[in-house]
This record gives sequence, C-alpha cells and structure tokens, in this order.
Amino acid sequence: MGWMFRHQKSAGVRQELPHSLERPAVLENFPKALWNEVFHIPDLWRKFEFELTQPATSYLKSTHPDLIQQIIKRHANHLQYVSFKVDSSTESAEAACDILSQLVNCSIKTLGLISTAKPSFMNVCKTHFASALTVVFINSKSLSSIKIDDTPVDDPSLKVLVANNSDTLKLLKMSSCPHVSPAGILCVADQCHGLRELALNYYILSDELLLALSSEKHVNLEHLRIDVVSENPGQVEFHTIKKQSWDALVKHSPKVNIVMYFFLYEEEFDAFFREETPVTHLYFGRAVSKAMLGRIGMNCPRLIELVVCANGLQPLDDELICIAERCKNLTAMGLGECEVTCRGFIEFVKMCGGRLTQLSIMEEVLIPDNDYNLDQIHSEVSKHLGRMWFPDMMPTW
Amino acid sequence: MKDCSELYPIFILDPWFPKNMQVSVNRWRFLVESLKDLDESLKKLNSRLFVVRGHPAEVFPGLFKAWKVTRLTFEVDTEPYSKQRDAEVVRLAAAHGVQVIQKVSHTLYDTDRVIAENNGKVPLTYRQLQAVLAGLGPPKQPVLAPTLETLKDCCTPGRDNRDPKYEIPTLEELGQDPKEAGPCLYPGGESEALSRLAFHMKRMTWVCNFKKPDTEPNTLSPSTTVLSPYVKFGCLSVRTFWWKLAEIYRGKKHSSPPVSLHGQLLWREFFYTAGAGIPNFNRMEGNPICVQVDWDDNPEYVKAWKEGRTGYPFIDAIMTQLRTEGWIHHLARHAVACFLTRGDLWVSWEEGQKVFEELLLDADWSLNAGNWQWLSASAFFHQFFRVYSPVAFGKKTDKSGAYIKKYLPILRKFPAEYIYEPWKAPRSMQEQAGCIIGRDYPKPIVEHEALSKRNIMRMKAAYAQRSHSKAAQVEKESTKKGGKRKLPAGPSVVELLTKKPKAKSS
Repeated sequence: MGWMFRHQKSAGVRQELPHSLERPAVLENFPKALWNEVFHIPDLWRKFEFELTQPATSYLKSTHPDLIQQIIKRHANHLQYVSFKVDSSTESAEAACDILSQLVNCSIKTLGLISTAKPSFMNVCKTHFASALTVVFINSKSLSSIKIDDTPVDDPSLKVLVANNSDTLKLLKMSSCPHVSPAGILCVADQCHGLRELALNYYILSDELLLALSSEKHVNLEHLRIDVVSENPGQVEFHTIKKQSWDALVKHSPKVNIVMYFFLYEEEFDAFFREETPVTHLYFGRAVSKAMLGRIGMNCPRLIELVVCANGLQPLDDELICIAERCKNLTAMGLGECEVTCRGFIEFVKMCGGRLTQLSIMEEVLIPDNDYNLDQIHSEVSKHLGRMWFPDMMPTW
Repeated sequence: MKDCSELYPIFILDPWFPKNMQVSVNRWRFLVESLKDLDESLKKLNSRLFVVRGHPAEVFPGLFKAWKVTRLTFEVDTEPYSKQRDAEVVRLAAAHGVQVIQKVSHTLYDTDRVIAENNGKVPLTYRQLQAVLAGLGPPKQPVLAPTLETLKDCCTPGRDNRDPKYEIPTLEELGQDPKEAGPCLYPGGESEALSRLAFHMKRMTWVCNFKKPDTEPNTLSPSTTVLSPYVKFGCLSVRTFWWKLAEIYRGKKHSSPPVSLHGQLLWREFFYTAGAGIPNFNRMEGNPICVQVDWDDNPEYVKAWKEGRTGYPFIDAIMTQLRTEGWIHHLARHAVACFLTRGDLWVSWEEGQKVFEELLLDADWSLNAGNWQWLSASAFFHQFFRVYSPVAFGKKTDKSGAYIKKYLPILRKFPAEYIYEPWKAPRSMQEQAGCIIGRDYPKPIVEHEALSKRNIMRMKAAYAQRSHSKAAQVEKESTKKGGKRKLPAGPSVVELLTKKPKAKSS
C-alpha cells in the first residue's frame, strides 16, 4: 500500500497528515509503536475531508476505505470539522451517507457536503439521506456551520437539526435544496437565534422568515444569500416580499449583506424591486431587462455591488445614471454584454467618483459618440476615479 | 556582411529544450522542415546550414577555435532561459576575443526600450502599449535577405563536404516516431511562410476588412492566416509581415488595431513586452500581476481535457484538432482554456500552459503564459463572471456541428439538436447513432451549469483575498516602525510531524 499525503487547509495554513496505516518508508527508523501512537494523536484528527469517488469512472483521488474505517472506529469523537467531497456518481454520495450514519459519539462543529461535478446527493434516496444527516444532527449537538447545498435535505431533517443545535448554529448554506419548504426554513429561523449567515433559494424566502430573523431574541444577521433560479422561462411565478418585512430585517441588522444571484430569463423579472429593497450585492448571471435595471436604480439604495452579465442592444445610459444618483454605496460594478455610450459611462463614473473601487466593463460595450471616443474613455474615467483605469478586452492572438 | 571572408550559418540544437519543455512530434517535424528549407536556401547562396548539437556554452569554444571565429551575431531573445544562455555566450565570446553583435528582430520593437519609455513599467493594457508605441514611431524595416551579390566576397568553408555531424537531424534522431505525427497541414520553413504570406496578401479586401473577433473558431479549414507558427520560428519576420500589411493598407480604408491584422502583431508585441518585464511570468507564484487562486490539484482532469475526453463534444473536438494538427483558432483556445480553469474544471492555468506548449506549432513562451493568465482571469482581465459555455458558444458559428463531426467521427450520426449535448439524446437515438454515451463516448466530466456558478464564487474569493492583501500591504507600508513585533513561534509538534517536502516547481 503506498502512502498518500492529503492536503488539508486550516485557516490558510497547509497541513499534511500522513494517511497511511503503515509507517512511511522515509520513517523506517522511527519505532513502529511510537509511530502508531503519534499517528493517532487526537489533535491530528480534528479536521478531515472525506473524498469519495468511483475509480472506474472518476477523475478524483479517493480516501482509502481502511482509513475511513479507522477514523470511524477510533477518531469519530475527535472529529470537529468534517467535509465530504463526492464525484458525479450516486454511489459516492451514498458512501458519504453511510459514513455520516456512523458518526455517533461525535461533537462535530462544521459539516460540508460538496458535489464536485454534479449534484450527486440529489440522486440518493431521500430517506437514506435524511436519516444519515439526522444521525449527525442528533449526535453532535454543537453544530455551528452546515453547508448542504444541492442535497435532498427536507423539513423533518431541519426540525431535528433545530431540536438539537439551536443554541450553536451560526451558518447554514442550503441553496438548491428543493425538498425544503418555506415552513421548514422558518422553523430554523424561529429557533436558531444565533444564525448569522443563511443561503437559500428565493422560493422558500417568505415575509415570516424575514420577520423571524428580525425578532428581538435573534442575533444580528450578517449575510443573507438568495439564489433566484429558473430553468424554463414562464414556468415559475415569483412571489413578492413585502417592504415591511425587508424594513424589519434592516432595522434589526443594519449591517446585513443581502446578496441576490439571479439566473432568470428576461421576461421573468417583473416581481422584483417594485418597492424599496435593501439588497447590497446583485449578480445577474444571464440577461437582465432594461426595465429591471431601471427599477434597481430607483429602489435599491443600499446597493454596494452590481454585476450584469448581459443586457441587450439598447444603451443603458439612463439606468446607470439613476444608479449613480441613488445608490450612494455602490463601490463595485461589472458590465458584460450590454451597450453604454461613452458620454453616459463617463457621466456615471463622474457621479460615483473614487468610491468605485472595482469597475469592469468590456471595451466593446462602449459606444463612441459625439463627445467622446474610445481613446478618451480611459483618461476621462481614470481622472474621475483617481487612479489608472482601462476597460477590459479579450486578446485576439 | 561587411569585411566578412568566411560565413558559418549555424543552428544550435540545445538539449535544454527537450529536457525542460514538452515538444510534440508535430512541432519537431516543423522544426526539421524549417531547418531543411533554410539549408536549401543557403545552398543557393553557395553556403549551408550547420546544425550543431549541444549546449551553446559547451559547443562555442570548440567552434570559435576550429573555425577561427572573429564575429558572432544572433538575435535578441527575451525569454528568461534565453537571456541567461545568451549572457553566458557573450562572456565566452569575450574570453575568446570574438565580437558579438545582437540585434532586435524577433519583435517589432525593442521590448526594453518600450518598458523604459513607459517609466520603467510594463504596459498592462493593450491601449497603454499603443500609446507608448505611438511615441516611438513605426517599427524598423526588415533587413533584406543576403543575395549572391552581397555574399560575393564571402565563402562558407566545408559547405560541400557535408560533415555528417552538422547535418539536419531526422525525427528519429530526435527521439520521435514520424508515424505518430498528424497530417502535415502546415509545412515548416521560410519558403512556405513567404508563399503563404503572398497568398493571403493577394486577398486585399479580406486583409483590409479583417476583424479577428469576427473570424470563426470552428470552420472546417482555418478562418485566419495560420502564419503564427512561421512567425514563432522566425520563418517569417514579423517586420516583413508588418510592412507588407502597411503596403496593402496604404490609401485604402481598413480595420484598425486591436482587431486588424496589424492589431494581431501588436498583441504579440504586448505579450512579449510583458514576458520580458514581469518576473515569473509563466507562473502564478511570485508573479506580481497574477491573482493567487486555490486551483485544485487534479491530474486526471488535466488528462481528460488534454486527450479530448471531457464528454463535451465542442471542447473535445478542439483538443483533438490541437493534438493532431497543431493549430486551433484563438476563440477555440479561449473556450478550452476557460473550461479547464475558471469555467469548469478549476485546474491551474499552468497545467493548460504545459499542454499548449507541447501541442501547438506556434507555442510561444510569452504568448502562451500571457494568454493563459488572461483567459483564467488571473491577470490583465477581470470579468471572471463571464464564462464561455461549452455547449452554447460553438453553436453560434456552427449550428450543425460539422466541426465536431470532423474531429470526433464517433458522434457523426447525432442530429444537430444533440450534437453539442449528446448525453441528452434518448437512448434509442444513441443506439441509432451507434454511440452510447458513457460507453463509446464519455459522459460529461462535470455539470457545467452547477460548477460554473460555484467557480464564480471561488474566483470572487480569490479576488477578494487580493484586494484584502493589497489593502493590508498598503496599511503595512503606511504604518511606521511602532507596534508590537511578533516573534516567530517555534514549530508545533503537529507541524514537526507533518513537515511537507518542498513542492517541486513546474
């Protein structure tokens, strides 16, 4: 059996743990008994990332099954920071669940389930997944950070999580978990008053949830990330969140970052930003309509960062100027496939001034006009930003 | 040629290159063809090419003595190994009383001069470079090739006896199997280069209207000049190319840089200047302009990508064309580079750089390093949120997937609806097409939609880290000597036990 060195990152420091059960060749003269003693020092087993792959089809390394057994037998109660990395096969996700089911007598603080190629956990039988997850939820009792994006976690599992870890839970990331309902996540917000970071999909966001997160007993929320995703245009109608609910959240947590990632088709934006919304970071992964950008200018006064991958062929001058005028906290902007006249762009930059620490626009987006051409753009914009700036371009060699 | 009585044109086959770089059989073949062609051209001038095998520092002393050399000339080379090698040769020559003349001719301008004109800094954007060059005037004219007339007082001793130790190497001598080489679409040599140049320059309207981004990546035969391998090897002088274009442009309306043909030569100039002035330009670590990213260590992913087994036909077809023919369009390079790095596989651009270095006929140290950093959004370019789709991008210019079918014949029978995403085809259709996905052609290695979203987060984190450390650096520089100085703690027991051997550099 060869020996494998596994890299682990802990607060930016790389540690290598010897992960062979046999003493490595270079330590031939190291007494075997001492080696075994050292190998099993609890401190070396606080943090572990299980890598589970199917060798016939996968491209990733796999944690050796014997090592997995050793860990479960001797180190389950030492584990505090655990993650599972699985490849695209269902078998790997099922193997992860099997390990989870055996982690009794442990005091895990952080848990992460990572799909490296596709959402493999979604193919695991729901009950199998839920029962595996609840083993950890019940036994650990001091979970503070959980990352379970792209998994079949459901409402009952979340109830178990809450029943056992409500005092310690600080971070919960569960984007793209289709079996969770608004009631399921509401239960978490109601009971876990220490929750500071939450990531979920828009369809389970509700007024009640925002109010629960703003209750007196609840700590200040630091980070709320909302994914708004649609696979097929016109299939989903998006509900609206009341302004009072947003207001309550911001009143309770004035510094909260509200991050929204939109992956919608142009026709689907109607429900959004019709009233003042305290979003701070906006990201549009597909095209976004001109009307939507106009509403953002009018209704998103807390906006800090805006990224637009694509818009269309009409210049966005007016929308950008409105944003510059009313989004006084805007410090970062990225514009992909859209159109802006040079004059409009310079006006925008002039109004924002040096607060724009990140500004990225493709050169081909800028339309020369009577006032400015592309050569002048860089000097004008640099002047207003107070630093050297150039638009982005793609090399063509 | 002034006062020259004996002339020895030499090419040194330096073993450093095959030892430190990957070189495909296709590129070895191109080199051998170029050397043969050069030898033929020199024969017409009553001379010949001497191919000398060995390290320059080892072979020169012997040659200086045997041939009673008094003068040595070679062109300026800006790559790090070359600079070091050439400095050593200059020292050796001085020790042997040999005068050395070095000229800039591989680039349009003297890269050191360009950097000096830019206040000692490397221009980090194309526009910046243009601004600096505007101040320097047009590039120098190419020097005319020697003729029988200019060489009349000069002779090449030993040109007839053809000492075998100076003969052009065969592919076998270079350890290559000619049967492994792909189709010879781009024969090496100056003659071929000049005839290709003449052919393209005849298409004057095409030249004048040329806009690189409008050329297509997946046509069945190249949509651009494919003069890059010839420029890389020096079979075509970049100044000759420049001035030929200038001649055609004169008096006519024509496209401009960065998209014109002149613009392409300036892109090359841009990357050469960056490569000359930025330390560790072909690496992430120690490279001041490169974002430090936590790329994954995944050799199997690299292999699958290199061998055209990702399960994404557009990507695999491009990598197949690259491996067999040695050239792919720049947009094809963009698509596969983005896929390997920030788009899908999250592998370091240095791995991609190595593969391109091996397989491209026009593999060029500066251009390769520069473009890989650009495409992985590690330097020069920051729109990491815009990712090339391995499914949609190729469809724009080749709906029927003819390019894919050419390079991946196993997929020939898939209809246009599924050719870019064959895993979506119903089983019956796969059976009809004689290609079961997962058996005859791989399933997709990753799910692009899911992964690209996650990778954007990872890139964001890398960028945030960069601004954070930049801010910290500024803070550090602005705070004075006051403040506690932390004494370095001794290594902990855990650290002592888990000391990692120093990682080997690529």
